[in-house]
Amino acid sequence: MTEAVPNRVIYGRTLVELGQGNPRIVVLDADVPKSTNTSQFREAFPDRFFNCGVAEQNMICIAAGFAASGKIAFASTFAVFASMRACEQVRTSVAYPRLNVKIVATNAGLDNAGDGVTHQGIEDLAIMRSIPNLTVLSPSDPVTTRKAVLAIAQREGPAYMRLGRNPSPVLYEENVEFEIGKMIPLRNGDDLAIIATGNMVHQALIAADSLAGQGIQARVLDCHTIKPVDKAAILDAARTTRGIITAEDHNVVGGLGGAVCEVLSELCPARVKRVGLKDCFATSARDYRELLAHFQMDAAAIQAAAYELCGSKSAHIPSRSSARRSTP
Amino acid sequence: MNRIITTKSHNPRVAYGEALLDLAAQNPKVVALDADLCKSTMSFLVEAKYPERFFEMGIAEQNMAATAAGLALGGKIPFIHSFAVFVCGRAYDQIRQAICTARLNVKIVGSSAGLSDFGDGATHQSVEDVALMRVLPRMTVLSPCDAFEVKKAVWAMAELEGPVYLRLSRNDMPPLTQAETPFEVGKIQQMRAGTTLAIFATGTMVAIALEAARKLEELDLSAKVINVATLKPLDEAGVRRESKGMQGVLTVEEHSVIGGLGSAVLEALASSRIPVQRVGIQDKFGMSAMSHGELLEYFGLTPGRVVAAAQSLLRDGGAS
Amino acid sequence: MRLEECPHPVPLIGAALDPMKTETNPRHLQRKACLLRRHIIRMVGVGKTGHIGGSCSCADIVAALYFSVMNIDPAQPDDPARDRFILSKGHAALVLYAALAERGFFPIGELDRVKQAGAMLQGHPDRLRTPGVEANTGSLGQGLSLANGMALAAKLDASNHRVYVILGDGEINEGQVWEAAMFGAFHGLDNLTATLDRNGLQAMGPTKTRLDTGPLRDKWLAFGWHVVEIDGHDMAQILDAFAQAKAHHGSPTLILANTVKGKGLSFAENNPGFHNGMMTQEQYDLAGRELDAALAALDDPT
Repeated sequence: MTEAVPNRVIYGRTLVELGQGNPRIVVLDADVPKSTNTSQFREAFPDRFFNCGVAEQNMICIAAGFAASGKIAFASTFAVFASMRACEQVRTSVAYPRLNVKIVATNAGLDNAGDGVTHQGIEDLAIMRSIPNLTVLSPSDPVTTRKAVLAIAQREGPAYMRLGRNPSPVLYEENVEFEIGKMIPLRNGDDLAIIATGNMVHQALIAADSLAGQGIQARVLDCHTIKPVDKAAILDAARTTRGIITAEDHNVVGGLGGAVCEVLSELCPARVKRVGLKDCFATSARDYRELLAHFQMDAAAIQAAAYELCGSKSAHIPSRSSARRSTP
Repeated sequence: MNRIITTKSHNPRVAYGEALLDLAAQNPKVVALDADLCKSTMSFLVEAKYPERFFEMGIAEQNMAATAAGLALGGKIPFIHSFAVFVCGRAYDQIRQAICTARLNVKIVGSSAGLSDFGDGATHQSVEDVALMRVLPRMTVLSPCDAFEVKKAVWAMAELEGPVYLRLSRNDMPPLTQAETPFEVGKIQQMRAGTTLAIFATGTMVAIALEAARKLEELDLSAKVINVATLKPLDEAGVRRESKGMQGVLTVEEHSVIGGLGSAVLEALASSRIPVQRVGIQDKFGMSAMSHGELLEYFGLTPGRVVAAAQSLLRDGGAS
Repeated sequence: MRLEECPHPVPLIGAALDPMKTETNPRHLQRKACLLRRHIIRMVGVGKTGHIGGSCSCADIVAALYFSVMNIDPAQPDDPARDRFILSKGHAALVLYAALAERGFFPIGELDRVKQAGAMLQGHPDRLRTPGVEANTGSLGQGLSLANGMALAAKLDASNHRVYVILGDGEINEGQVWEAAMFGAFHGLDNLTATLDRNGLQAMGPTKTRLDTGPLRDKWLAFGWHVVEIDGHDMAQILDAFAQAKAHHGSPTLILANTVKGKGLSFAENNPGFHNGMMTQEQYDLAGRELDAALAALDDPT
């Protein structure tokens, strides 16, 4: 598979794959199955699919009821509704009792360009991260999306996963190792580290290519698990590079950027630049790339952050690594 | 307007109710809505005196938030009330979609925040309300440290154009400021000077931090204590200024360590090199207990714990 | 199952209930309900708040469910074929705890530790801590949805077990309840029986004056439910309603139970102050005497 495919299409396919192998899988949707692609499961297993209508709170609690009865319940809608309309239900009926509900929310971030602010979930990672007992994922490409869906199905307990809307380029071979809580290094480099998630991983790679052309070697890490976040990878980046850039299709408050800052400041203070939506609402647009550029969340913005980090006159952080670091 | 900031009661809810009533008396645009908890949130004081400006919404927080949005569009200044866990969590979509995206002048009051509703247990104890509110663009988040600040916050909220969230504890809080102490939204306030450590605290934890600083002094460690009454917009320049030259920074909050004051301070200090340790609820739900104090003890929100965190921070220096 | 001596000397009937045998005598079940109320006031005690009113108003219904209607076995709490109960009005946790203790899901002594830090019995039901609790409730309006999920799961698995849920009449202010009502009827969840504890009071006063929910029977009928209206303290009517629900096919049943908040305690009956109220020593002692008298009056002369 080499062409770009929306990750949500892969989600739908993987649900069918799961449904074939496991009769305990049930899938619920809040009246957007064609968008979320739970429609694929509906076609394959109509008896195990439930469209709850435009009633997200009811849906999440029904999913909880299923899970309490021994099912593995997947519940889907747009990220903005899954995280907000049903926020308290996720917290109280799913996370608090640690029920086996997998909330897979699509059309996350500014990737949902046309619908505008009310449909662009730019806070969901911060929200879900703040809820105890919840695993939070944000895979970047079709290959890892499939692996992530399989992984959460296998892992007992509540999970939240966000997926975008548009086709995502394939970044990995099929045999890439995927483990919840472990970042995937996509590119080596010791001048700085770009820790990105979801759609922004691709942007990070574009930025890193460009930076390499100017002699700046950027490490790129795919942070597909926002919670539990890979502390070891973050600390290693802090110790062995000049600074870290985080990149997310999300508010710079509370999401990946917040998670990385939390790890660093307590254990290994380092310089961090957060690329993301700067605590504002976005707008509608015809094209996602337009929004990324306008709100300074694209590869160019990552590059600009890199120049700030590398151009700074601040002292280096003493390296604890004995590896030779390349200098620009 | 004649603002009465003095208060006989050190209960934040009582102080809140008194201030709201004063405000309602002087500003006819102020209306109050509640979700069947008005005697707990104290909005019943408005119901009693100005029944035409009080709306019992029943146990229907979402409807309350969206109705408040409508009232704001009609030129009113609505204050909506429930327990923090319900007003933030249950009405979240409405707060974001109806209120924040349109920057409406709705004031959201989260009562019995944190672990302060000790008996009812986890479903009633909000450990994540600040995280939820902080991530919303255009939201202001206030967390007063004593009854005087509660009253000042109420007046400040009414003057601010746009959505504001006020976090209130349930139980008495010792007076830490005075009626005359200035209160400015968006500005931190140093409560105690110090030279080695900076302790940023908010709400109920400011008293805890001050007590810890006194204990640290006995151990020859000088800690400054800063009251962060505005969690958003955080006074980032002030945070950096107070942190400069310190050997370490502690944050203390009756809230999850994820997404609240600690995270806000970390985000502000993201490019500095200073080690920070967050004291707060370690990503867990609450539970029932026979007293608030028991829960604070259980979750490590005590002066002793803050002292231990300070010592560990200074010992380990944050580098590993 | 062991019999624990109650700190107040109240003779127990049927505490060690044979799971194969259900109690059918209304008088015995009424006595059980009295016993549950006795436990409730002891759990709250003097000088501390507790949701006395709402716990007492549904004690008869809970007694019927736990000692007659539901197919449950405390020795097999995870039996997939067991009936499920959700206390959607989770603040009435005390009555649930009393019933679970009496049924033998945990030692009666645990009732004395309710709400203590780290205790098995939390302020609101917690399935991770308390044997026999099926769902975490306390935030109102979520239980009927949970029940929908469980009822659907039962149908998927072709299991005959039933799902029971109790809602409060203030609770139905919550929009989610109506989402769940629509859904339950749409999916023909006839293995689901909801009971609406209509005691006419919510936290801040009478439902009629705080937020009148209007003609409830008509509303639930309009939502496609089978409705049975009863006196929620008449055990014969309660048992009959549950039997009707079991026999009804094609749609879920709503038992509209007219009750008295604080039933059984003269000072608490119809008193909004006891939604989450505090008893003085005098009131506590009076409650004890009233309930002991009621228990004695219901003693089986044989």
